[in-house]
Amino acid sequence: MQLTINGNPREFEIDILNVYQLVTLLEIKGKRIAIELNGEIVPRGLFETTQLNTGDQLEIVGAVGGG
Amino acid sequence: MSNTLNIAGTSYHSRLLVGTGKYKDFTETRAAIDGSGALIVRVGIRGTNFGHSAGEPSLLDYLPPEQFTYLPNTAGCYSADDAVRTLRLARELLDGHKLVKLEVLGDSKTLYPNVIETIAAAKVLVKDGFDVMVYTSDDPIIAKQLEEIGCCAVMPLASLIGSGMGILNPWNLQIIIENAKIPVLVDAGVGSAADAAIAMELGCAGVLMNTAIAAARDPVMMAGAMKKAIEAGRESYLAGRMPKKLYSASPSSPTAGLIA
Repeated sequence: MQLTINGNPREFEIDILNVYQLVTLLEIKGKRIAIELNGEIVPRGLFETTQLNTGDQLEIVGAVGGG
Repeated sequence: MSNTLNIAGTSYHSRLLVGTGKYKDFTETRAAIDGSGALIVRVGIRGTNFGHSAGEPSLLDYLPPEQFTYLPNTAGCYSADDAVRTLRLARELLDGHKLVKLEVLGDSKTLYPNVIETIAAAKVLVKDGFDVMVYTSDDPIIAKQLEEIGCCAVMPLASLIGSGMGILNPWNLQIIIENAKIPVLVDAGVGSAADAAIAMELGCAGVLMNTAIAAARDPVMMAGAMKKAIEAGRESYLAGRMPKKLYSASPSSPTAGLIA
């Protein structure tokens, strides 16, 4: 399936069912991040129940040093 | 007169707010922030790293959100929509944290703020329950409008972001301060401790800076200098300066008792 993450299209060999599986696969599970799926915030508590479909657009952000 | 900075119902014992960018590494970031005494630290919101770089230390390890008040910023946003989305993500990231800095830029060369987009974003964010500290130009009318929208602090530029040019229009800043019922903080353009002190002497409630500390030859020493300048400038403002006059007919020493 194909997902666009932070503006970059990525091809995954397996079907990722939900946001929880995605963060596990990306090795960012448990890190302080926030996720937007197709323009809507996905609260941390809803990662497991939020399904993903091919073509979905995700923004995954964290806090960085900035001015 | 209270000597704490009061923003959106919270008191802070430091009037210096600092950005966390442009440092050599996180150790230097932390040392400079400790030296500055700042309690509110501005952070960026950016796409996160995956895979091999996912385990690298993060800013949060060096500046625990329990010890500092994070001020998520929308630096790099050029539209109201992007700024609103960024801050909604920040609120989720920081467990419902409401205090944010809104900045919508108009031009990637000068980083001059786009006040039209800024006003549009401020309306949405205030309605959405955010406490909005808003970066803007030093236009007194726009500053007042941002206050009327419901922003909790207005932050005009002293000069352009990262320029270190100091306070280019103290007269406008004075008008903004005089008209405002919310805290006015200078954000952007401060280059030296003298600039910070002047901002405070004008009556600013605080100063927000990043490059002036991070780009100093010795950032940690400069952080300490800024802390002192903010305190000195504030006290000078509260003490009330002597009037300026071209010359004085009253010398400091008594005029009587001179030797014959």
